Amino acid sequence: MERKAAVASLAVIAAYFALAGFIHIAEAFDWQIGPTLWRQQAGESYSPPGADNIFGTDIFGQSVLRKTLYGAKISITVALLASLISIAIGVPLGAIGGYFRGFVDEIIVWIYSTLSSVPYILLILAFAVVLRDRSIFGHKLTGITAVYLAIGLTSWVGICRLIRGEVIKHKNREYILAAISYGCSRRRIIFRHLLPNVFHLVIIDFSLRFVSFIHAEVILSFLGLGEANRPSWGAMINDARTELSRGVWWQMAAATAAIFVISLALNIFGDALRDSFDPKLRTRVERGS
Amino acid sequence: MSTYIIRRLLYTIPIVFGVLLLTFALFNVVGGDISFEIAGGTTTQQTIDEIRQEYGLDKPLFLSWDSQFVNHFKNALTFNFGRARDREPVIDKIKRGIGPSLAITAPMFLGVVLISVSLSLVIAFVRGTMWDMLAVVVCVTGMSVPYLSFILFGQYFLAYKWGLFPVFFSPDLSMARNVALPVLIGIAAGLGGNVRFYRTVMLDEMRSDYVRTAFAKGLSPQRVLFKHVLKNAMTPIITRVVLAIPFLFLGSLLLERFFGIPGLGYLMVEAIGSRDYPVISAMTYMSAILFVVFNLITDICYLLVDPRVRLE
Repeated sequence: MERKAAVASLAVIAAYFALAGFIHIAEAFDWQIGPTLWRQQAGESYSPPGADNIFGTDIFGQSVLRKTLYGAKISITVALLASLISIAIGVPLGAIGGYFRGFVDEIIVWIYSTLSSVPYILLILAFAVVLRDRSIFGHKLTGITAVYLAIGLTSWVGICRLIRGEVIKHKNREYILAAISYGCSRRRIIFRHLLPNVFHLVIIDFSLRFVSFIHAEVILSFLGLGEANRPSWGAMINDARTELSRGVWWQMAAATAAIFVISLALNIFGDALRDSFDPKLRTRVERGS
Repeated sequence: MSTYIIRRLLYTIPIVFGVLLLTFALFNVVGGDISFEIAGGTTTQQTIDEIRQEYGLDKPLFLSWDSQFVNHFKNALTFNFGRARDREPVIDKIKRGIGPSLAITAPMFLGVVLISVSLSLVIAFVRGTMWDMLAVVVCVTGMSVPYLSFILFGQYFLAYKWGLFPVFFSPDLSMARNVALPVLIGIAAGLGGNVRFYRTVMLDEMRSDYVRTAFAKGLSPQRVLFKHVLKNAMTPIITRVVLAIPFLFLGSLLLERFFGIPGLGYLMVEAIGSRDYPVISAMTYMSAILFVVFNLITDICYLLVDPRVRLE
């Protein structure tokens, strides 16, 4: 039963990713289909869900279905890039700190303790606000870039701590001592021996974090710090604030449903991953225990 | 034991230093010279210079005793946060906002803690049954719905459509009426993740040998749960509960924004919208200080609750 739920979740996740990737390609090649045509007026302003537009239309008459699909691209892309950034920062730092200990470790612990003292959302907001209109190395930072940079630069703390803890535990295992004794270089030890053995943590953390990245992106878009000219789930929910009082519920329902489904799938899948990788972390209860 | 406390205290110093460094880097270095934005649209060079002088932006960044860097530290340590965009001293804004924020977050916090710990005990009691699985499903569902949707649904149905609560903050109504709905929504949204966490903690304890022994001895489930499991599960519970306290002061950004409650969260949202760096910087610093303080308190609580720590 749990297996089926996990597999179903994986399918859902794959579907979302495929959709996002598809829209990316469609935009790159300028195909004119469904989601890329979100700007097109598909019906009357604020028409409720019906035969033509399954999710109804928004204030401009744009199809909510198309906007929702497009929103998938933004959310998935942002979450993916933010994940990559935080893994790219957190894993090496954690491994280095855990392996070398001493002064280097103290510095790394200091850095992530400092970062984790500030409430997560506040930290992301602070980064996003400051990064918003800056340019890095000549590149102008658009809204969405600021978002995933902000999320990525602040979220590496968790994975860093995890990796560091595991590396410290593994450091005294026999296989590492053996590697040191036959003269393995330190870099080789870290990359070829330690990291593959702790990588399962990265995968589990990744799947669970992905949800919070999507939610963070939604909140940022909602607060107006995201991409301004493209539909995103957060912006749709933001529009819904005024729309609801006029009885227009479908935009918010669509965005909420889209977010809910992917979050649920990621949660279930992440749990299943964790249970299969490390039975000690299992939260399912056997009878009689 | 006192060495432990002293060591922890000393450790807070580099952290506070780090936070100040962070806010400085973010708001002064990367953020840059905002005197132009403060001045507004068309303005003379003189106005810009005056603003610069007032905010201390005309001083060198690092390399002198009177640099921005040093001033940043001096100001923060004396809680002098300067003025916001609208020229009101930041510290006054903060003082004004604390009350309403706490009015929401304190009841919310108490509600969540009491309900989720109790629920998790009940779930530990019925572990393995259908009810347990149902509870997990409900929790995961609750965790998957975005917070925004919770708020919107709540606001729409309970306040707007069915008129049970005021839709928006209004100074005429009593504080209790004003915050009732936000508190309810906050509790509902927060239960999912918390119950799940405490359930895991309780179940982990239930699996240990001493619990099995207690059951084997014939103790009733109530006794085992309350007298043994709860006490031993206190460490992670305390961690989570005490560390949630600093976040109370920040107010819930979203709840306050939706319901128009004039608290610190609302202040933050406004500051973000108007790129009000002094306010954001001040709030970040304050939150971090609170977090550090409560971390310390948590560690001291460990000393009291877990005798093993005392022996280290």
